[in-house]
Amino acid sequence: MREVAVVGVGMTKFGRSEKTILEMFSEAALEAIADSNLQVKDIQALFFGTVYGGFAEGQMNMASFAAHALGAHNIPAVRYEGACATASVAIREAFIWVASGFYDIVLAGGSERTLVMDTSYSTRLYEMGSHHAYECPTGITFPGVFALMANLYASKYGIAPEKLKEQMALVAIKNHHNAMFNPKAQFHKEITLEDVYNSPMVASPLQLYDCCPFTDGAAAVVLAPAEMARKLVAKPIRIAGIGQASAGPLYAQKDITRIKARELAAKQAYDMAGLTPKDIDVVELHDCFTIAEIVASECLGLFDFGEASAAVARGETQLKGRIPINPSGGLKAKGHPIGATGAAQVYEIVKQLRGEAGERQVEGAKVGLTDTLGGDLATVANIILRK
Amino acid sequence: MELKLTTKEFLEALRQDKLLGLRCRACGAVHTPPAAICPECDSLDMDIVELSGRGKIRTYTVIWTAPEGFQPPYIVSLVELDEGPWLMGNILGVDPNTADMSLIGRRVKLGHRVLPGDRYSAGEKVAITFATED
Repeated sequence: MREVAVVGVGMTKFGRSEKTILEMFSEAALEAIADSNLQVKDIQALFFGTVYGGFAEGQMNMASFAAHALGAHNIPAVRYEGACATASVAIREAFIWVASGFYDIVLAGGSERTLVMDTSYSTRLYEMGSHHAYECPTGITFPGVFALMANLYASKYGIAPEKLKEQMALVAIKNHHNAMFNPKAQFHKEITLEDVYNSPMVASPLQLYDCCPFTDGAAAVVLAPAEMARKLVAKPIRIAGIGQASAGPLYAQKDITRIKARELAAKQAYDMAGLTPKDIDVVELHDCFTIAEIVASECLGLFDFGEASAAVARGETQLKGRIPINPSGGLKAKGHPIGATGAAQVYEIVKQLRGEAGERQVEGAKVGLTDTLGGDLATVANIILRK
Repeated sequence: MELKLTTKEFLEALRQDKLLGLRCRACGAVHTPPAAICPECDSLDMDIVELSGRGKIRTYTVIWTAPEGFQPPYIVSLVELDEGPWLMGNILGVDPNTADMSLIGRRVKLGHRVLPGDRYSAGEKVAITFATED
């Protein structure tokens, strides 16, 4: 297996866009290709992710169209879908083909357009992450799944519900603060505890500010063998470890404060990199809901089980804390165009490790971790990146 | 290889408030809804069994922002059945406006509710429901 590096990254500004899914992807992809000191004709294959492309625009066979749209007219192009983990799944596939020697230069990423759909229709579509026959008929929603997690977390670890609510709110406040320094984030607005508590209830105990927004956006990365990467760019970022695992529907997972797919995927990534959670300097993880960040940070080994919510309150995950989590603003405030999110996480970690993250730079970061979760905790992909 | 118990058969039983599952002949584990092989030991040798439908609420939420076709508020829970499996279901007979953490641990019994299908549901929806017993 060859060593693989990220040679270029690109992403659109996240938020509301008037552009099509493929236009957004072209912008992100062309930025990533330029960032790699390459040209479109150098790209040998496209690993493209989108989740609701067909629902938002009525378009099938999007990978082929995506390659065409950015001017890579005839290269093989494949679409990936792993719910909100889509782009990370696509990047992992791209990694495997470059590592194997089959391709040298590949493009991977994703694009999503959600704001053309109204909230009730979007909520129906996102519910598709639950089992269609055994769970969807209850009217479960994506926030509902994480609300089930929050109440189980409070009950299992004996944390007073009011205390957990405050700790969760601190996650949202932190991520909104970080996004202030990210020009590509959807929100540039500090929020307070009162803002969270006064926001509408979505699925108790989660209120609107516990939830990531609907977002339009795209992100892309270019991968190359490490040896080639060193000749292409001044600061190639190596993929030191990568992992992916699955877990099936929620009912089969039982205690959802322990996300088995994540624990397995992270172990694969740590083992491949020869690293432990203590070696990680900066993390972009899947904070689709505030409780999701708390539970993810435990499953990734950054905190003991049942301890992360208190660590948030102690400031350990802030930009200047012991282990900065979501310096980009995370899904919560940077935004969550679901098919693009994994690539946007890699974008952030690459910028951090290159020292190009501006006011949100984590000083001295050498090793970064991404974590992307798809559906009802059913697909998780992790990537460890190194200078 | 033909599956022992299909979704259609499971849902037809659920419409009679019967909860079908599979018991593994190799390890004795019981699971529901049906799976192709035993989730505990991967054996293919399983018998169809009827579960009690009784268990306790492990966690819950009140949904206030609903997908199209649903009228909030309503309660969704994860229930641990006496035989071991967990199921998602609506809690009936409890006012969603006053539901709180004291629901966790309450004993419940399985039922069902039939809802009209939508364009993605491949027919009518049959929701698992639970009524409190204590």
